[in-house]
Amino acid sequence: MNFNSTDAKQWLRMGPRAMFGQFMINIAKKNKKLIVLSADLGRSSGLARFKIEFPKQYISVGISEQNLIGVAAGLANEGFKVFVTSFAPFLSMRASEQIRMNLGYMKHKVNVVALGSGLSMGFLGNSHFGLEDIAIMRTIPNLNVTCPADCSELGKILDDYAFNDRGPSYIRLTGIPGSKNLYDKNYAYKFGKNITITKGKDILILSHGSVLGQVKLSVEALKKMNISAGLVNVVSLKPIDESIITLFKKYKKIVTIEEHTSVGGLGSIMTEKILKNGIKSRLFSISLPDKFGPTGTYDYLLKYHGLDSENITKKIIKLVKKK
Amino acid sequence: MLEKINKIKKLSYKIRKTILDISYNSGEPSHIGGALSMAEILAVIYSNFNIKVSKPLDRFILSKGHGFLTLLSILYCKKFIKNKKEIFQFQKNGSEFIAHPIMNKSIGIETSNGSLGQGLSFGVGLAISYKKKKNNNSIIVVVGDGECYEGSVWEAAITATENNLNNLFIVVDCNGHQNDGAINKMMNFEEMKKKWLGFGWNVNSCDGHNISALIKAFKKNSKTKPTAIIAKTIKGKGVNFMENNNDWHHGRLTKNLYLESIKSINKN
Repeated sequence: MNFNSTDAKQWLRMGPRAMFGQFMINIAKKNKKLIVLSADLGRSSGLARFKIEFPKQYISVGISEQNLIGVAAGLANEGFKVFVTSFAPFLSMRASEQIRMNLGYMKHKVNVVALGSGLSMGFLGNSHFGLEDIAIMRTIPNLNVTCPADCSELGKILDDYAFNDRGPSYIRLTGIPGSKNLYDKNYAYKFGKNITITKGKDILILSHGSVLGQVKLSVEALKKMNISAGLVNVVSLKPIDESIITLFKKYKKIVTIEEHTSVGGLGSIMTEKILKNGIKSRLFSISLPDKFGPTGTYDYLLKYHGLDSENITKKIIKLVKKK
Repeated sequence: MLEKINKIKKLSYKIRKTILDISYNSGEPSHIGGALSMAEILAVIYSNFNIKVSKPLDRFILSKGHGFLTLLSILYCKKFIKNKKEIFQFQKNGSEFIAHPIMNKSIGIETSNGSLGQGLSFGVGLAISYKKKKNNNSIIVVVGDGECYEGSVWEAAITATENNLNNLFIVVDCNGHQNDGAINKMMNFEEMKKKWLGFGWNVNSCDGHNISALIKAFKKNSKTKPTAIIAKTIKGKGVNFMENNNDWHHGRLTKNLYLESIKSINKN
């Protein structure tokens, strides 16, 4: 799937959930084997039009996420290309064991699309936040975990999963309509590979998801202050692109930035990599704390947790200066 | 018909004998009680439906994973597994034949199981697929009565009626016991019928050890609804000292007990 800067601007206004529905329509036009299931969150997944245009390729199972995964696995077993949607915690936690049995153990090729992960559910609160989903999902063998940075990347990931055989996958949607884009022009996406956004020498920044839009702004601000930061989009949290190890060796300082708890996310993944590979670089982590926080607008929450570009910039300046 | 019934009766005996042989051979404790309660149910399913390895026609899902001894036995009796040596790998270190099924389509094991309450959703997925492909074959799922405490069973029960899955059968093996003992009276045979009726299924109940009754229960299916067969069974059926004795939910057969159990099934 290719896109141009006009698409990127337009999709930004639509947001990841509405665009998910749109991308599914595009895929359904090319693939009659596509089936999309939802646990009563079709509208929230931007699937209202999909339901009308492709009624035979849409199944609602009602508010039953555990059942959703089992039914999807049965369909995948019969050769259908299956995508399921619900909110991140309801999939990654309530249906976690169904995902473990059906997708992990039996390797049924279901694509689990986790809506509204991170803090993007705003006033709906901690019950709806996806704070821990990467930590949980990445422990399940055979399951890919992919975190798009913006709508264009979401489109590329969905296309890649729809037209290739990548196995079972968890796709984590963060951000809201208006969240800053990472990409304003077309780029090459390759399954399981990191994407270098900027090259730099003072510090290496690793990040994933919609917070990358904020990080990109920080990197631009730092450049004006003569701080040169390398930025890598770790879009695939599982499998991890092992070429990162070589890159580590070029930096004295590395920082992970993510909209996920400090337990078990990108920070933990990179800690494991650094220890296992005897890397001497220092690793820092900017993430959500290991506790339930307040609720508010998405922008308020990003600021509260220091994940907006201004706060990120300040934190990185401190890290670069740190002896 | 009588000839068919006698054939299935013989098959049920052979299943019970194989269950005991495998279990004794393993030298380890295994789920015998709940396996013996399902012998006629599986004998009827595998005789009545067209279940094949090479070409998927009718499909069988064992949701009650701890009933694997019965599935393994029928796969041997029906020659899906040809060599007795293979089934005697049951619960040997490193074996694929363990307390619960591990998916192996080449010998007719459709799903990995062991975590209860998950098989019906998978069966619903298969049944919807069959409808989409205009395949007129059936999907049969066996669950335990204790398993019906799992909420996900009822989630799947709703999706099955919402999608008019008249190609889907569930058999509830009501042996009246679960791991910790007798099942609560709110989940007994009578209550189970009411519950599946309440969920909008076509419900047929019968004696789960009566072959002609089981055959009839499968025949009385519906044009619009999925069918639930509520089968009243006896845990440990056929072995006198195991019947309704929950010590045999998961037990080890010594040589003496094995010989006694064989004597018992020969008499019954």
